[in-house]
Parts: sequence; C-alpha cells; structure tokens
Amino acid sequence: MLYFSVPLGKLVRRVSRLRGGGSALPGLVVEKVDPGFMQRTLSTLPLGVAVVSGTNGKTTTTKMVVELLESQGLKVFTNRTGSNFTRGVAAALLGDVDWRGRLDADIAVLELDEAHAVHFVNRVPPRYSLLLNVLRDQLDRFGEIDKTAQLLQHIASKTTGTVVLNREDPRVARIADTLDGPEVRYFGLDDSLLSTFPNDDDLRAGPGSPAPALPAKPHADVVLRRVGTDDADFEYDGATVTTGMKLRGVYNIFNAAAALVLARCIAGNGAAPTDHGGLLKALSEVAPAFGRGESLVVDGLPLDLVLVKNPSGFRLGLKSFPAGGYATMVAINDNYADGRDMSWLWDVEFDSLREGGVDQLSGSRAYDMALRLQYDEVAIGAVNPEIAPALAAFIQGAKDKPKRIFCTYTAMLAIRRELSKITTVEVVS
Amino acid sequence: MSPASEESKGTIRVLQLYPRDMNIYGDWGNALVLQQRLRWHGYTPELLEYNVGDDFPADVDLIVGGGGQDSGQLVIQDDLLSRESTLKELAEGGTPMLLICGLYQLFGRFFKTRTGSVIPGIGVLDVETHGTDERLIGNVTVSSPEFGDILGYENHSGQTTLGPGVQPLGTTSKGTGNNSSDGKEGARYRNIVASYLHGSLLPKNPAIADFLIRTAVERKYGSFTAGTPDDRYAVMAREHAARRPR
Ligand SMILES: [Zn+2]
Repeated sequence: MLYFSVPLGKLVRRVSRLRGGGSALPGLVVEKVDPGFMQRTLSTLPLGVAVVSGTNGKTTTTKMVVELLESQGLKVFTNRTGSNFTRGVAAALLGDVDWRGRLDADIAVLELDEAHAVHFVNRVPPRYSLLLNVLRDQLDRFGEIDKTAQLLQHIASKTTGTVVLNREDPRVARIADTLDGPEVRYFGLDDSLLSTFPNDDDLRAGPGSPAPALPAKPHADVVLRRVGTDDADFEYDGATVTTGMKLRGVYNIFNAAAALVLARCIAGNGAAPTDHGGLLKALSEVAPAFGRGESLVVDGLPLDLVLVKNPSGFRLGLKSFPAGGYATMVAINDNYADGRDMSWLWDVEFDSLREGGVDQLSGSRAYDMALRLQYDEVAIGAVNPEIAPALAAFIQGAKDKPKRIFCTYTAMLAIRRELSKITTVEVVS
Repeated sequence: MSPASEESKGTIRVLQLYPRDMNIYGDWGNALVLQQRLRWHGYTPELLEYNVGDDFPADVDLIVGGGGQDSGQLVIQDDLLSRESTLKELAEGGTPMLLICGLYQLFGRFFKTRTGSVIPGIGVLDVETHGTDERLIGNVTVSSPEFGDILGYENHSGQTTLGPGVQPLGTTSKGTGNNSSDGKEGARYRNIVASYLHGSLLPKNPAIADFLIRTAVERKYGSFTAGTPDDRYAVMAREHAARRPR
C-alpha cells in the first residue's frame, strides 16, 4: 500500500492538472488510499511543523515566516493553495515529495484555518505554533469569539516546542495560563500604537465605562515600536532597529513582529546561528499575499485595494490608510466567503471619511453600506451594486486622483478581474 | 453635528444597558439610529450607559439592550437580577424598550442551558429559553402586523418559547426566529420590542425605531410631531436584503 500511494497520488495530480481541476482531488485520493501519508511525510522533517493561526492576517504572516526562514538558508514547505486544508496540504505534499515519498525540506510552515485546526493538530502535533488574534471574523460560522479562542488554545496545547502569542490580544495572551508543556514567547506593540488596535471588547468602552485594568504585560521578544510610511521600528534583544517595509497597514506590520519572533525561535533552534541582517532584509521585501490587499497603478496613479472583512480589520484599514487626497470607493459583498452577516458594518466608525466623502459604493450590500454611512453623516457620491459599472464610473470620475477601494474578499476578486479588463494593471507591491 | 439654530422640541434620554458586556453583532447601531433619528425628528438625544456596578440613572425615556457572548452574560447576570424591580417598574409603566438576543433572553423568566443549569431571568417578559446544540444562523424576514416586513439576521442557539403574557413580534417567512418549531419571531409586551434579529435591527427597520421614539416622546411631552428623515437608503437596503439567500 505504502509504496503505491505516492506514485498513484502524483499520477492523479498530474491528470487532474491536465484537466484543469483543483488541488483537492489528488489529496483526497491519497488520503483514501493511504490515510497516514500526510502525518508520516511531515514527521520526517528535521525541524518539524510550524502552524500559523488566528482570525486575521494568517496568509500574509505565513508568507512572511516562510520568506524569513528562507533568508536563513532553510528549505521550507508551505501550503500555498487555499482549498480544503488537510487535502490541500496532502496535495501540496504530493507536488513536493519525490516518487518515493521523501520531502526535501527542513520545516513545514502551515497556515491553519480555525475550522480545520483541531483535526489537524490531533494528527500532527506541531513543534511551533504562532497564534495571532481572535477577532470578529468567523462569528457567523463558529458562533462565538470565545469558541475561536478555545480552538487556538487547543492548537497551543498540542504544540510540543514553542508557542508564540500576541501579548496585546487578551484572549490570545490568556492561553499562556492554560499551558504547562510548551515554551511560551510573545510579540508585542508599543503603547503608543495600541489605540490603532481597539479589540472587540473595547468597542463601546467609552468614557464613563472604564475597562477593567490590564494586568502587567509579559516580556515580548519583539515589540513593534513605530510605523512610518514605508519603514518601521522593531525592538528586540534590547535594541531598536529600523527597517524598510513594503507591507502597508499597521496590522500587517504588527504581524511582521509575530513572524520575526517565530522565525528567530526556529532559526535559533536550527543548525546555523541566526543572521539578523538577513532576517531584516527579507522582512523589508515581503509583499502582501495575493488577495490580501495590494497597491496597483491605474492611469499612472496609485490604486490601493484594502481588504476589509470584519470590524477590527475595517477600523485598522481606515486608520492605516488616511483618506486625505484620495478618491474612495467601498465594495461590500455578502457571499459565503465574505460572511453573510452585515452587522459588523455597525461596529466600525466612519467619521474619518466624513471630510472627503465616499465617491462610489458597490457590492451586493452596497445599500447597507450607504445606510451605515448616512448614519455617520458621510456624503455618498453614487451607489451601484454591480461592481463592473461602479468601478468604471469610479475610475472615470477620479482620473486625476490616487484611489483607494475598501472591499470584502469576493468583491476584491471581482475588482481585480475588472481592472485587468479596463486598464493595464501594474502591481507595485 | 445638528444645526444649532433649530430649536429642539425636547430631550429624550436613551439608556444603553450593559454596552460594555452586551454589545455584539452591531448592537451599537441601534443606539446610533435612535440618536440620529431623534435629531432628524427635531429632538435632542441624550445617550446614557448603564454597566455592571453603575448607579442606575433617573428619568430614563427609552432603553436599548443587546446581545453578548456567554462570558458577557455571566458577567452581567447578578447585576441584572439586582435591577429587577427597577426594570419591571419601567416596563410596566410603559417605557419603550428594544431588547436584542441575549438581553431578550435574560428579560424572560429563565435560560436553561444544555447541561441543565438554570440561569434566572428578571421575568419582565413571559418567555423561557432553552439552550440547544443547534445554531440558528442566517438572514431573516418577519412579517409583523404592526411594523410590516422586518428584516435582519439571526445567530443564536438558545430557543425561546412565548407564554400567554406576551405576543410574538411577527411570523417568519424566511429564517427561524424564536425557535425551530413555531415560526414566530420576537416578543411584544407593553412598549417592549424584543427580538433575535441583529444586523443592527433598527437601521433597516425604521418603523420600529420610530415607534420607540414616538412612544418615548408622547409619554414625556404628550404629543409627537415627526420630522422628515431621508429613508431612501433604508428602502433600498431593505429591498436588497430581502432578496439575499438565507
Ligand atoms: Zn445574537
């Protein structure tokens, strides 16, 4: 059995590629024929498995960790496909193993969706885990934030080596109290930047309702101290270093601190001593993962796509990308991948858009967004739920201005498709 | 924010119940809509908050309460019970209230969890809620004799049954509502509107917002003269929401 599963899986993979099929089928086949394939293959890696989980920023953070480790000369296996997790990993492994089932890599760095977390870590206990945050993203799929925190806790409890936690997210930081096996390390944020990260608990904790006092914060290996327009300061090992950043948005750069902690743990435990200059250089070159927000050039002027999918993400997007001088469009879809529940729009304050107004609204919930802006007294140019004409009108109407589009996931995919039709799209980061 | 030159027709004090612990799924939107629509009708809103351990404010004209995580409900439980007589008195006296999800449940007689433990409510509403393993999630349309079609989104695993002391808010034509068996959603009692629908409820259902406002104003000033809120976007958002899948 063992001997045939890999060649068979690789064959199915080749055939399904030829037929233009997805990545899940070969994974499914190998899982059926040889259920131990993934576990067995991953267990041969000398530095083990590292998983990245949390509600926001997994994809870009995983990409950062991979690029940081590669800068240290490590061979990294990662799951680049976004399909069904276990099958996707099995399928990606099939692509990377030789015909005898050997994987030529030092470590696997895997983005782990909360939905698949328990199943995966029960089968493959990770040596490292990085837990980013618990934000109101998956609420309508999982019911409750506390339940998501429990899923992350489960990942941590199955981790055999080091767990890296977000010191600033109380639900994540608290996981440390439940662990006695793994070593715990933290990434953190300067107090001056905390206000750009309101957590969901602080949403309405305005004047007159003081939030409970924070207990003393644990030491963080890497602290994000400052974010500039294209650089950032990180503090570690008692010194502050400045590095250029291609990533935009405070929340992405905060996750860079997370990636640094994990990469330093892994590289530090590995063969070679950590090359800090190499880490920072790699960090400065990381670009956002596909479909997670990007900067394009349209008609010679920048057009930023900012992915927004939950209240914290939208608030951060508004804070990270000030509206001044930009034409603004917002596109809100409520397809399954976006989340059907629109309540999150009411947990974002849009005052920052009041001065310049919003030029164009689109998406299946364009009118929910219009209603939301009306109650925050933000002027609205036009509303058209159809993305293609709305985008064309937006670009036409703001020819001489840099543009910014806040969009949900499926709206972003539609906008990219349309942009490539109506104009030459040059990706700058 | 509102033009200072226009003379206010009066002040309405709107109290948010437990905004620190019971505030999820856009509950803030309900408070914001009441505040803005009061302005648009020519009145001055005064927004108050009541959190665990606070003094209960006097002269409250309108009350709004939201949902929460299980953890939030545990935090407020004892405090809410300590306010039982105050809230009962306000409810019986006709103070308009909007209660969503978690506070809808806790204004009822009790919540019995899946494991059989009973969380007592304050019994303002003749309803009881039983925790289940089934989560009711999705878009909802309710037809109400009083407010027409009500549009919203539900996400709850507690199932509520109404006693003879309350009326349902309406009958669901899409979605589940109070429980998976009787097709009813929400509860009406005196001037209380209770519902599982968030989203927030009031922005897309201005008829309910205006009922709460009118009732509060009439009780305080004897009569209500409406302003002219611009509801174009609300009308369109309702049309589009009604066409979306469950
Ligand atoms: Zn709810």
